[in-house]
Amino acid sequence: MMQATQADAKEATPVDTIDLRREFESVDIAPVLEQLDRELVGLVPVKTRIREIASLLLMERIRQKMGLATTFPTLHMSFTGNPGTGKTTVALRMAGILHRLGFVRRGHVISVTRDDLVGQYIGHTAPKTKEVLKKAMGGVLFIDEAYYLYRPENERDYGQESIEILLQIMESQREDLVVILAGYADRMEKFFQSNPGFRSRIAHHIDFPDYSEGELLTIAEMMLDGQNYRFTPEARVAFEKYIAVRKTQPLFSNARSIRNALDRVRLRQANRLVSRLDRVLTSDDVMSIEASDVLASRVFAQADSKGDVRAESK
Amino acid sequence: MRVTQGCFSFLPDLTDEQIAAQIQYCLEKGWAVNIEFTDDPHPRNTYWEMWGLPMFDLRDAAGIMRELAECRKIYGDRYIRISAFDSSHGWESTRLSFIVNRPKNEPGFRLDRQETVGRNMRYSTRSYAAERPEGERYS
Repeated sequence: MMQATQADAKEATPVDTIDLRREFESVDIAPVLEQLDRELVGLVPVKTRIREIASLLLMERIRQKMGLATTFPTLHMSFTGNPGTGKTTVALRMAGILHRLGFVRRGHVISVTRDDLVGQYIGHTAPKTKEVLKKAMGGVLFIDEAYYLYRPENERDYGQESIEILLQIMESQREDLVVILAGYADRMEKFFQSNPGFRSRIAHHIDFPDYSEGELLTIAEMMLDGQNYRFTPEARVAFEKYIAVRKTQPLFSNARSIRNALDRVRLRQANRLVSRLDRVLTSDDVMSIEASDVLASRVFAQADSKGDVRAESK
Repeated sequence: MRVTQGCFSFLPDLTDEQIAAQIQYCLEKGWAVNIEFTDDPHPRNTYWEMWGLPMFDLRDAAGIMRELAECRKIYGDRYIRISAFDSSHGWESTRLSFIVNRPKNEPGFRLDRQETVGRNMRYSTRSYAAERPEGERYS
């Protein structure tokens, strides 16, 4: 499609004026951007950056129509941030935006990790990587935890081979495939340092900040709302406390931890309801989550015991 | 003599753009696309060599066009065809097959006649190219 439009632009006489509003409405990206705003809490720098990229690509499209196009823009991106900050979700939306603007033909996302790209024995890696690349053609290839591709401690690691094929395709088939790399900021930085080829082929580096406690609470409420549950006012306060405590504990992964916590809360709520069989339930009972459901969490117990230990050692 | 087999073979050779469009059609129908090559153009030579594995679960023709380009790099002097396999129940067979690459020079076929019992005749066709060993037929 892209090639076709480029060809059209060359053949058709270039237009001098373009109605910007009509062009904007014709590509229909406003709904995607609005959805992004609505469904993703916080992440202001990310949203700004995506709006900027969308505007840039819209201008690129207009320039093509005016016959001012130079080359196909590089669209490969790198998303860095802690776990659970919405990198995969944004990648999915990004594919939608690129598809509507006509920079990828199909708009599907193939999400892979090291396992899907790197083989187990000599000669296994290249076909495996090429297979994945073929599947991703016309869409977006999302490589999660991309830094695992490169393992400097093992010089015979097959990851390097995969990286070379990726780099080659990223350069030669820019109009067929957009690659998005994702991972923790510090490790990605090291990865780019040891593979300078990647950095220069990636046009957009987007950093995903951690969520604040308020944002996490909003996320929790949105998740519950989606499943037709709600906090009672006391439970809301308890969950606020939960977030504050959980954030300080190890392996905290932002929205993902919240989702898991809510799953366990629902488990406890169900158990509480089932434990008293002789009564009539209202829909309100079934929907509401009480403070006791939240406060029974192991997280509080651990926090308390740690506090005790510290007190004793003092 | 120009070999005609499969779809589109009475049309002028397809351009890459037209090939990509046909492949895209196959992918949208959910068929697995294969690349096959041979240097024995006999019409009864049904099973050609496969280039790699059948390509399942693709969304876009670009990946296959890339494979085709690689196949042409090595076997550009032979016949290459694209075939599309439909795995759905009740079909389970090839739905579309067309030649995408042919040798520059196609010497054609000879008709052999053999007299047998009575005044009967047996006919067979033989490709001039296949008289030389495999791999040297069109180079």
